[in-house]
Amino acid sequence: MTPVPVEYFLLLGTGLFTIGVVGVLTRRNIIIILMSIELILNAVNINLVAFSHLYGNVNGQVFALFVITDAVAEAAVGLGLIIALFRNKETVNADEIDLLKW
Amino acid sequence: MLAQSVFLILAVVALSSGVMVITRRNPVHSVIWLIVTLFSVGGIFLLQYAQFLFAVQIILYVGGIMVLYLFVIMLIRVETVAKQAPYSRQWAIGLGAVLVLACELMYGVYKGVESFHLGTPSRPPVDMNNTEAVAGVLYNNYMLPVEIASLLLLVAMVGAVLMAKKRFE
Repeated sequence: MTPVPVEYFLLLGTGLFTIGVVGVLTRRNIIIILMSIELILNAVNINLVAFSHLYGNVNGQVFALFVITDAVAEAAVGLGLIIALFRNKETVNADEIDLLKW
Repeated sequence: MLAQSVFLILAVVALSSGVMVITRRNPVHSVIWLIVTLFSVGGIFLLQYAQFLFAVQIILYVGGIMVLYLFVIMLIRVETVAKQAPYSRQWAIGLGAVLVLACELMYGVYKGVESFHLGTPSRPPVDMNNTEAVAGVLYNNYMLPVEIASLLLLVAMVGAVLMAKKRFE
């Protein structure tokens, strides 16, 4: 089985990262913005695992594990914030939360 | 050849379902498409002999985080959200900025592949069991980061409970 060249994985990671950034910048719903952040973190993991495979070294996979840990923490805190926000402001749209805007 | 066609299928599924995630009006549909994306990213981990990460991806991401998202979507009112305008007013500016960013990243990958000779996976995967290898590195070389990560999870747990509570006192 001939291995897949590593630049294919890098291009896939770039594509997923770009889609995630588009989601963060253009959507109004905060939950979908959080999901786009998950897409970005997954793109980073693809790159880490690709280089880990390229050099035959599992350090990259350990780093990907830490990235997944951070994603879990971010999801828990972010969703708690969304619940608190929805209770106080009755909205989940990012552009309606403009108390600090002049 | 087989690996390349499997990679191609997984990549197309991952990218197209990623686009579906950010274009659906209903957040529940977005979650379903995100699960498809996460499954295909897990398949890509498997293609690179990262079996442990594949298992973590399925159990933790698909089984844990996505269920958490569905719970929160249930707590807010989805039917009013789905009727509102899905995109913010500055979407054109955002799209333009992302286009510039994408060109920059593609250029970086192109130049990097040229100058670092990346295209040749030099060594076969380690002959040790993947979970064993990950565990060895994780608990020998990264002991302190593991402890810090556990502390981070504790702080996140306490913070999530505190913020989702009824009132602050």
